[in-house]
Amino acid sequence: MAELTYRDAVTRGIAQEMKRDPDVVFLGEDIAAAGGVFKTTVGLLEEFGPLRVRDTPISEQAILGAAMGAAMTGLKPIAEIMFSDFIAVCFNYLANEFSKHRYISNGQTKCPLVVRTANGGGARFGAQHSQSVENWCMMIPGLKVVAPSSPTDVVGLLAASVRDPDPVIFLEHKSLYPIKGEVPDGEIVDTIGTAKILRSGRDATITALALMVPRALEAAEKLKEEHGIDCEVIDVRSLVPLDTQTILGSVGRTHRLFTVEENPRLCGWGAEIVSIVADEAFYDLDGPPVRITTPHLPLPASDVLEDATIPSVDRIVDRVKRSLNA
Amino acid sequence: MARKPARAPNDDIGEETRLKMYRTQVVIREAEQRAFDLFLQNLVKGTSHLSLGQEAVAAGFATAMNPGDLSFCTYRGHAHTLARGVSIEKVLGELMQRDNGLMRGKGGSMHLTSEEHGVMGSYAIIGAHLPIACGAAWRAQYKGQKDVSVCFFGDGTTNIGAFHEALNFAVIWKLPVVFVCENNLYMEYTPIEDVTAVQHPAADRAGAYGLEAVIVDGQDADEVYRAAQAAYAKARAGGGPSLIECKTYRYSGHSRADPAKYRKPGELDKWKERDPIKIYRERLLQFGIEQETIDKIDTEVRQVVDDATEKCKAAPQPPFELITRDVYADGGWAWRN
Repeated sequence: MAELTYRDAVTRGIAQEMKRDPDVVFLGEDIAAAGGVFKTTVGLLEEFGPLRVRDTPISEQAILGAAMGAAMTGLKPIAEIMFSDFIAVCFNYLANEFSKHRYISNGQTKCPLVVRTANGGGARFGAQHSQSVENWCMMIPGLKVVAPSSPTDVVGLLAASVRDPDPVIFLEHKSLYPIKGEVPDGEIVDTIGTAKILRSGRDATITALALMVPRALEAAEKLKEEHGIDCEVIDVRSLVPLDTQTILGSVGRTHRLFTVEENPRLCGWGAEIVSIVADEAFYDLDGPPVRITTPHLPLPASDVLEDATIPSVDRIVDRVKRSLNA
Repeated sequence: MARKPARAPNDDIGEETRLKMYRTQVVIREAEQRAFDLFLQNLVKGTSHLSLGQEAVAAGFATAMNPGDLSFCTYRGHAHTLARGVSIEKVLGELMQRDNGLMRGKGGSMHLTSEEHGVMGSYAIIGAHLPIACGAAWRAQYKGQKDVSVCFFGDGTTNIGAFHEALNFAVIWKLPVVFVCENNLYMEYTPIEDVTAVQHPAADRAGAYGLEAVIVDGQDADEVYRAAQAAYAKARAGGGPSLIECKTYRYSGHSRADPAKYRKPGELDKWKERDPIKIYRERLLQFGIEQETIDKIDTEVRQVVDDATEKCKAAPQPPFELITRDVYADGGWAWRN
């Protein structure tokens, strides 16, 4: 057991997989010599050499296209897109190419690749470097979408993503990079498509993702201490495949559902969960499901404005309390 | 009695290869013409983009390939798929969206893929496959494998960002990839010269990436074959990528919906005088191959196309169970538990 930052967990996860499998290669902007703009890849060039850890030009289409061609023909590439907002300039590969090739080729081809990217707000970078784009990825058949909230999950889910035979979008939260956690020694391999109940409770189910997970946990503590409301907190972890059984099971016990989403409101992942619960567990519910989201806005740069936009601990507490007392 | 022409000395291509290239061009011509006819009968569904008039480019590049070399095509990809040896029945079956098609009707005309023949896909988003070909070439470089990735695209592709990203990327990584621009003078319905800053859309861009400007007569399969050989040899020797612009012409419209009324008067007839198959028949005679041998190839290919057509007409539609198959590697489509 060692204490590790979420940032260092990324390095450890990549290194674990590159050591295991010589077909794992890694490419992206500033990832080799510079060790990544978020310092998530420091030392990988030295450990694995310039043939496996390669800096690219600012060419996001070339990065994802090359990852796809390499994956189709036998490598297991990890591609970094520096900020998830930049997915917009290479979206074709997510939307049309590696998500669909297996299908349109009638199962002839494969694309086992991982796109790692720094997602989410809190760094005061403004509207083009702060977005939570998980819903951009979730809506495309053929992709898997993962977003860890803890250092241990970073290592385990990254390993699972590299070993997965399908293309995986791996969303790291840039505001979580400095957080620390105890990480077990030795190889860690998790399972994509599994949610985790991080806190048990009787009164309400709160589902959250990435940076919203620590906020939901803190809110749950406050709700218990200050208002006697006992919340179950689920880290969704994987949007595709989605572990609906864990969520439906929890709602069956608590009878209330909240989603805490950093993405702008329309078409957020919480809407899908609410829809599934409404469809399949309507009679388990004692009240309307509630989505706590960033409003449908671009993100402002200013710290006070950004903090007032993304769901906060206080907003979660207030919304859950009002809803349960209604 | 006509005197048999003397065999030209120092022939670098040879009879066997020439006959293969001729047959490939006839296969493409006859299969594409049949696709057009079947389309008028509403048996080819959706869209289709024919390579009638462009046969020599596909035949020359494919014939110069080794088994294991990889082709990356556009939506105008029937020719390149057939040129790698995929059967006419499989291609026509896919165009007719039948169960006997290359992808059992799941991909359609624009996505022909046959991994076993090295046809790594036909891509319908302009420019997308240039970076993908770079990735396949990266794998060859990384693993020390000697195959070359060959990427075909039209003149219109030279004006999209992915073209420029891929060229720069391939050069700086010195990748064994060959980029082939089939300049048929029109980007869809618009003359390429009206929308491009330079006269030769690919070749005039080569210098910007430190590459040699190569322009080839795309109507002459021998010239195409020689250019391909040189580029493949350079790639296999670790010399990096090439960009080759083939001047050619398509006889049909951009796609099924296009009657090609934008052509300049007389342009089509002028190009038909330099028909690649006509040129090649004369070439074969010039090299001492008998007319009878040429006629036999034509007859055989027509028979194969006729037989394939009948088989495709008789083939069933794809079963509904295919709809949810092969979204993910487990063979299914489950996005939740």
